[in-house]
Amino acid sequence: MTRTEFWQGNTACAEGALAAGCTFFGGYPITPSTEVAELMAAKLPKKGGIFIQMEDEIASMASIIGASWTGARAMTATSGPGFSLMMENIGFAVMTETPCVVVNVQRGGPSTGQPTMSAQGDMMQVRFGSHGDIAIIALSPATVQEMFELTVKAFNHADKYRVPVFLMADETVGHMREKILVPDSVEKIGRKPFVPGNPPFKVTDPDLIPGFPTFGTGQHVHVTGLTHDERGYPAATNPPLHAALVKRLVDKIENARDEMADYDIVNPEAEQVFVAYGGPVRTVMQVMHDKKDKNVGFLRIRTVWPFPEKALLEFKNAKRFLVPEMNLGQIAREIERHVTVPVVPIPKLGGELHTPAELAAVLEEKA
Amino acid sequence: MSYDEWFRTDRLPHIYCAGCGNGTIINCTLAAVDQMGWKKEDTVFVSGIGCSSRAPGYILTDSLHTTHGRALAFATGVKMAKPAFNVVVFTGDGDLAAIGGNHFIHACRRNIDMTVVCMNNQIYGMTGGQGSPTTPLKCLSSTTPYGCAEPPFDLCELATAAGANYVARWTSYHVKELEKAVKVGLETPGFSFIEVLVQCPTAFGRRNKFRQVADHVEFLKSHSLLKAKRDRLIDQGQPVPEDMFVVGEITKRNRPAMGVKP
Repeated sequence: MTRTEFWQGNTACAEGALAAGCTFFGGYPITPSTEVAELMAAKLPKKGGIFIQMEDEIASMASIIGASWTGARAMTATSGPGFSLMMENIGFAVMTETPCVVVNVQRGGPSTGQPTMSAQGDMMQVRFGSHGDIAIIALSPATVQEMFELTVKAFNHADKYRVPVFLMADETVGHMREKILVPDSVEKIGRKPFVPGNPPFKVTDPDLIPGFPTFGTGQHVHVTGLTHDERGYPAATNPPLHAALVKRLVDKIENARDEMADYDIVNPEAEQVFVAYGGPVRTVMQVMHDKKDKNVGFLRIRTVWPFPEKALLEFKNAKRFLVPEMNLGQIAREIERHVTVPVVPIPKLGGELHTPAELAAVLEEKA
Repeated sequence: MSYDEWFRTDRLPHIYCAGCGNGTIINCTLAAVDQMGWKKEDTVFVSGIGCSSRAPGYILTDSLHTTHGRALAFATGVKMAKPAFNVVVFTGDGDLAAIGGNHFIHACRRNIDMTVVCMNNQIYGMTGGQGSPTTPLKCLSSTTPYGCAEPPFDLCELATAAGANYVARWTSYHVKELEKAVKVGLETPGFSFIEVLVQCPTAFGRRNKFRQVADHVEFLKSHSLLKAKRDRLIDQGQPVPEDMFVVGEITKRNRPAMGVKP
């Protein structure tokens, strides 16, 4: 059963988190994400959960990692400047395999930039922003419905893969209001149970994911951001061990690339193919609707990282990939790595979506 | 008395230098913890980065060795999500007062129910002896080669001003007093802060005329001024010696606290 609501994207995100069983939110106010925190502050205590406003985004990220080890589904929400502050502790969550969800309602950067305007400038930062070799999962919603559904999915991925998962929204989708169908309940995939007696970071399954030894269950697990062995003990000067650990942390995400791929394909026979995620998806949909041209294809991506490169190969006749983004061409560069035909970035800075006319004009350009 | 069962013996030997006082502080802390009758599975040790912060790795409970300066923010997440847990934080002067200063004052303000033991060796030991926010004026370090020109923090005054329920200072010489202070801290609902001045022969002592570990411990002993004595001097209108530091129970009160055990 579902009910119909008319919600803002940020509301849908918070409601999605609550539906997914999030019981801990640690955050710091920042435009344009604040509504997520405000709603969690109002609703979590009534459900027996914890909302805490931390002193900064560094502390917010730290608090959700701490809460996650007690077994809680934990989350924070922020935007560009706060996201930058979170980078070090994001790496800690990757290294310690701590499930958590970070919402980034992107605004115009660099620096303080455009607090109330839309952007997608953090798509490379989310993938590579924390130091060292890491792999993470990033989902990008284009509708209020997806703000809800992908938040739920973010919690499930975080628990399943033991990694921070990012909801990379943008101000457009975060502040937009539209109809949403809210389900009575959602699917919840929990953490892999820990087998007592095993070393806490020992991997026995081909998915490379260890069971989660929740604090308080008598496992006496030592969790450290240092390079550690299967027991969780520091082994920072052991070269093969470090190499194997980092490789496993990356492989457990990259190997599940197909499993996590989430995209829609329209007109797979087309020669000109739009690729979009987040806010620009809406403009492409308008252009597709207006043109009704079988020769214009569309790849709509929801799981941006790990990047679903196989989806590109489904457009066998593609002569050009057209990539509208609210940045100077971040994912366009990723697409270039996977195809041999030209990739045309369609950057839009300034805080507003592309207009349909702007995208239609690119279609008319000679290849 | 034996509290060996709290030690993660398969991690030994530890990384601390010969003559380091951190082991003494871990010992005193665990002696106090042992008297609380806590279960190991309900107890979490948290730390940041630095020599002090390696301590939880030698203790047989769930433990979180986090990022530099952020131990209190991580610990806040643990304690708020699970108030039934006993949370103890090990930190140092650089971890707590420099990079973690903001988290420190806000954890005190929230008066969140945890006990924080700060090993104040007045130097960055693990990175090789750089000046910290508690390095005394004129003292030598690798980043204050002409003598420290910055006045140091008084961490206990800071914790008191920011709102901690329990604040005490001792040294690695005062083992019995320290054990007792940690125990009072563990028993006190709200934020308990115990600062321990501790010798660091490798990074501080050898640069600052403490060639022998015993000389430094002797200095800590002879330059400790009991709070009661300090207060008496002030009452009598007498000058308080400037080269001494106040030890004892600095603050004990009952402000509203967060994350207290149900």
